[in-house]
Amino acid sequence: MNNGVKNLKKGFDIRLKGTAENKILDVAQPSLFALKPTDIIGIAPIPKLRVKEGEEVRAGEPLFFDKPSPNIIYSAPVSGEIVEVRRGAKRAISEIVILPDSDIKYHEFGKMDPSSASREDIVNRLLESGAWVLMRQRPYNVVPNPDVVPRDIFVSCFDTAPLAADQNYVIQGKEKDFQHGLNVLGKLTAGAVHLGVTSTSAEVYKRAEGVKTHAFKGPHPAGNVGVHIHHVSAISKGDTVWTIRPQDVAIIGKLFAEGIYDAERTVAFAGDELKTTGYFKTRIGASIKSVVENNVNHDNVRYISGNVLTGTQITSEGFVGMFDDLVSVIEEGNKHEFLGWLFPSYPRPSLSRTFPSFLFPNREYHVNSNNHGEERAYVMTGQYEKVMPMDVLPQHLIKSIMYQDFDQMEGLGIYELVEEDVALCEFVCTSKQPVQKILREGLDLVRIEG
Amino acid sequence: MKLFENILGGLKPHFEEGGKLNKLYYAYDAFETFLFVPGHATGKGEAHIKDGIDLKRTMFTVVVAMIPCLLFGIWNVGHQHFLAMGEFAGLGEGFVDKIMYGALKVLPIVIVSYGVGLGVEFAFAVSRQHSVNEGFLVTGMLIPLVMPPTVPLWMVALATIFAVVVGKEAFGGTGMNILNVALTARVFIFFAYPTYISGDKVWIAGDSSLFVDGFSGATPLAVAFQNGIAGLDAMQHVSYSLSNITLGFIPGSIGETSIIAIAIGALILLATGIGSWRIMLSMLIGGFVTASVLAIADINPFPDVPAHYHLVMGSMLFAMVFMATDPVTASQTIRGKWVYGFFIGVFGMIIRVLNPAYPEGWMLAILFMNVFAPTIDHLVVQSNIKRRLSRALK
Repeated sequence: MNNGVKNLKKGFDIRLKGTAENKILDVAQPSLFALKPTDIIGIAPIPKLRVKEGEEVRAGEPLFFDKPSPNIIYSAPVSGEIVEVRRGAKRAISEIVILPDSDIKYHEFGKMDPSSASREDIVNRLLESGAWVLMRQRPYNVVPNPDVVPRDIFVSCFDTAPLAADQNYVIQGKEKDFQHGLNVLGKLTAGAVHLGVTSTSAEVYKRAEGVKTHAFKGPHPAGNVGVHIHHVSAISKGDTVWTIRPQDVAIIGKLFAEGIYDAERTVAFAGDELKTTGYFKTRIGASIKSVVENNVNHDNVRYISGNVLTGTQITSEGFVGMFDDLVSVIEEGNKHEFLGWLFPSYPRPSLSRTFPSFLFPNREYHVNSNNHGEERAYVMTGQYEKVMPMDVLPQHLIKSIMYQDFDQMEGLGIYELVEEDVALCEFVCTSKQPVQKILREGLDLVRIEG
Repeated sequence: MKLFENILGGLKPHFEEGGKLNKLYYAYDAFETFLFVPGHATGKGEAHIKDGIDLKRTMFTVVVAMIPCLLFGIWNVGHQHFLAMGEFAGLGEGFVDKIMYGALKVLPIVIVSYGVGLGVEFAFAVSRQHSVNEGFLVTGMLIPLVMPPTVPLWMVALATIFAVVVGKEAFGGTGMNILNVALTARVFIFFAYPTYISGDKVWIAGDSSLFVDGFSGATPLAVAFQNGIAGLDAMQHVSYSLSNITLGFIPGSIGETSIIAIAIGALILLATGIGSWRIMLSMLIGGFVTASVLAIADINPFPDVPAHYHLVMGSMLFAMVFMATDPVTASQTIRGKWVYGFFIGVFGMIIRVLNPAYPEGWMLAILFMNVFAPTIDHLVVQSNIKRRLSRALK
């Protein structure tokens, strides 16, 4: 490590019951997989399909692309038959569903040694295989533009979000591919590949070669890649950095080492509404049905692809999102609570010290999806600042988005943030403001009009 | 519980769209959401779980913090009355009588304040079709606590209407107001009916013709302003010792006299994190520094009154704990809070000491700094923007 540990004080650990046990669940592979264009920020609602229903694809063969950037391919995570193209409102494509083969057949791209290959060849290989879209670009958290050389690439190797997948566990068995993937990434950036680690991070992260490693410590969101970027080298207007998750680095590594797009992902299934928690070794876009069937305590639950702060709600037969390595299952909060604001009927996590919970910082909670109050104008101040370990003024930024002051948004650092960075602000907000939504509106504004 | 649920469930259709009382939906909504936290689950694109706190709980915590001041105020109104009558001079004597008398004087003010204020809130909610906000829970309690016990009820009603309509709803309701609403009510009476809220005659409830001879209703602050420490020591009939001033056995606005009761409230606000410790501390520092400077520079018309007396006399600590910390009208940035509190301390003390007409300054200082709070925040925000720019150019 070439830096001292960055000790972050601000933030809040939401401790929930039902963290995934470190074991591989003994369940059948899903009978369906799907890619969801809705997972991708900024893509047109009706992307151009390259396949028809009934067609066979191999893993790594293109499924669709966004019309404005036809060279960025979204490819099949498994081989099999395209059984359905599901559409939502206004015929927008919501899911492209694949019935997988029992033995996955891969499209052969051929091996490539990143140390001798040119940057252009590497970019092309990533684009044609579909592995390109595993990376995301800041600002905006969109798919990277292949014409831009990023200033740096950041990988966060630990996750502090509630119920998060253990990044040391999910990388097991993929150590070689991970290092290989880092070598590939190193060729893509003009700067460095930065790894964010913490004291408990695995050796594969701490001892990674050809990268700069930075140690962080503190409550959530200390593991967020946005926090790492801010403290290592903050994003200013005009800067572009890329981010990618550790398992996806391994997918890229395998693509170059073995010549195949093997979209394998170990996904954590967590939440105290699951009878059995654990990890599921599958591929991108897996249906959660085989894991959650007969494995939940009751019907009134919410399935979330991702964590409880930033994830997307899916159905019990839904598919894990393209960038997620966690499925959280919590109780649905659609019930009244008699004088619940005054005498809460069950303990709940809270940053505010108006509940006795602050006396038991290590206690784990059962939670549900109740809003715990109604939306109000801003009254309380200083709450967001308590959970934001960055030099930004979140409440003022959010307000500047509300009144659409572009200069103020830029000045206050909107380029540095994506939804997950303000998710805790939304959690702690007394006035129940939809902070992530507002930030996304602001990001869309500056991306489209800025 | 089930009973309430059934009653509300039965009533609900009348208030919903198509019902006869649809126009009053938000009035119904206020009662329903008071009794039951709604079963709203978090929406699409939002965090799936939310903190247990909401505005109702926040505001209620502040109300709880004010209860010691209210209870003490009720007793003290009775105590001061009987002192003036020359009866029950001992603290422990006539406890029940004092409570009864105080309650008769104070509770009507509380009832008028809440009744009229909530009436206005409901009227606005219904006419503008928005939900009833919880902010008035606190305002409704603050208004009685900053009134003298002799204030006429119609005046309380008028001031409350003025404060809620002009001070708050005209700006868009809770969270949008620029001036502290309770202080707006007080300043309304202060300027419209000054003789009812200042001077020596208003702090003791009861018929002053029956008071014992030579009894002065002057507050310690007024006495000190005229005659300094010597004046406080020479008070007849009552003792204006430092301990009595601190404990609150003195005339004054209903809720402001007891430093102990205020301190309990402050502890509740600080322990729960609802009140800003930065504002409280910086205002204390600002007030103390200014009082010291004025005393040392000898431009202090309070003869020989040391700075620490200034902290416990009058309404400084009440204003500091319950008024200056109002999160809506205070500065919202961390640095801004330090500046905001400090200057309230400075200006409040300057107005108290140097204003020849009226020896108190917190109401005006806080309203003054309310007006400047957005400017302070603006400067803090601009400095953040500049810092980011300079980092980008590095």
